[in-house]
Amino acid sequence: MAALDHGHRDQMPFSLISHAKKNVLAVQEYALLASQSLANLFTSPRYIADTIQQGDVIGVGSLPIVILTGFFLGAVLALQSANELSRFGGLSYTGELVSLSMVREIGPVLTGLMVAGRSATGMASELGSMMVTEQIDAMRALGTDPSKKLVTPRVVSTVFMLVVLTVIADLCALVGGYMVAIFKLRLDGNQYWSMAWQSLGSGDIIMGLLKPFVFGFIISTIGCYYGISARGGTQGVGRATTQAMVSASVLLVIVDLFITQLLLSFFPFK
Amino acid sequence: MAESDNHEPVIVFEDVAIAFDEHRVLNGLSFTLPYGETKVFFGAAGTGKTLILKLSLGLVKPDSGRIFVLGQEVTAMTEERLYPLRQQIGMVFQESALFDSLTVEDNVSYRLREEHMPEEEIAQRVQRALRFVELEHTLKMFPSELSGGMRRRVAIARAIVSRPELLLYDSPTGGLDPITSTTIIELLVKQRDVYHNSALLVTHRLPDAFTLATHRFNAEENRMVLVPPGANWDSRTSFVVLKDGDKIFEGNAAEIANSTDPYIREYLTQ
Repeated sequence: MAALDHGHRDQMPFSLISHAKKNVLAVQEYALLASQSLANLFTSPRYIADTIQQGDVIGVGSLPIVILTGFFLGAVLALQSANELSRFGGLSYTGELVSLSMVREIGPVLTGLMVAGRSATGMASELGSMMVTEQIDAMRALGTDPSKKLVTPRVVSTVFMLVVLTVIADLCALVGGYMVAIFKLRLDGNQYWSMAWQSLGSGDIIMGLLKPFVFGFIISTIGCYYGISARGGTQGVGRATTQAMVSASVLLVIVDLFITQLLLSFFPFK
Repeated sequence: MAESDNHEPVIVFEDVAIAFDEHRVLNGLSFTLPYGETKVFFGAAGTGKTLILKLSLGLVKPDSGRIFVLGQEVTAMTEERLYPLRQQIGMVFQESALFDSLTVEDNVSYRLREEHMPEEEIAQRVQRALRFVELEHTLKMFPSELSGGMRRRVAIARAIVSRPELLLYDSPTGGLDPITSTTIIELLVKQRDVYHNSALLVTHRLPDAFTLATHRFNAEENRMVLVPPGANWDSRTSFVVLKDGDKIFEGNAAEIANSTDPYIREYLTQ
């Protein structure tokens, strides 16, 4: 029994080292895939048709959920803030609050999480299935670089579409807030829109557009990475899909903190 | 044979070794595939048969040793430089590895479209390749609508459509019934005798390989026929037997039939 314990203790450091090695290798492989997806932009062949097709799948496909969640979140934001603002006699600032919080923070993060749930998982399961059925090996054997054919089109279309979807989500949220402002809070519609519009500075717009740009890159590269790393049949594909969703969402909110801190140093609050 | 003397070997393995998780799969394998010849690799599951094909394509890199394919050292080439070389090689994967979201036509024409060949020529070549495997009627069908044997035949059509110099077959009859297996082997005999390709075939089914060595394609009858008694078996087809990562036999059909090695005898009596 003592010998068994001793042997067990001997194995522990080895297992820890191999686990650490595996994680370092995974980070290295992800970094390679992500940098390669960008480097591919500067070399031929470029798969324009695949990029447009992915744009349709990611952008148009995500439109309904982004419109719905944006609208209702804007409405609830107006409702919640009005409750607090009315205590200080600042109900007229509802438009500004909805506008600033959506454009600077909630819009990019919400849209990012929605697209991560829909597209990062889609990419992981699609590429994962291709991986376990040797379709990606077949692609390489046929002389096609899967990084150029599969990864770069997804990255480019996600980045572009996430920016567009975030703008749409922000607009829908403002409309949702407007509905609450005029029908529930009995505010003046013109005042709501002028407050919402005038409160936005160039720093807010840059922050609101830069975030989805970075989030789109994270979501697509994480989705593709887990897909291409999938091993072990259908179970492996399922695992890759879940991991893609979890990693993309967690990484997205962590990166959000750092981008916000960085951008606040350039564009501080008024 | 005179033809092969004028050409450099199509594949050369020099002392190739590879291990996975400390399990050595190949222990310094060396062999040469002369121009216009077919080499058949046998071995039980896990002896590295498929690995030999993937090593030849550069899909997997060995731990040590050198591999030359069509005069180029695969082991010293980057992935980027390997793509043009792979375009000269046709590979038939064990489970076909057809792109399941593309039709049969798009699967077969995949490589030609990547090469930006004119549409008219693509249509002609696809028709010819599908006629070769007698599946012209499946043009608009998806792989999921085909039987296992039909999928293998489409995979053969996809491999030969660009008229490659070298063909790699990974257990093309694995998991198929004897009648369908014979159909597939007949296609391999036809490809060998009509187009005189060099080929590597890995299989664990000895009868298939013997059929390859003992039959010739009769173009007039459009079927393979047994070599008449007394005539020599096909001298362009040779055999390699692998066991525990080592090559235990290399020779022609007559030599393997007369081998006294107990492992090979066991294989022969199956």
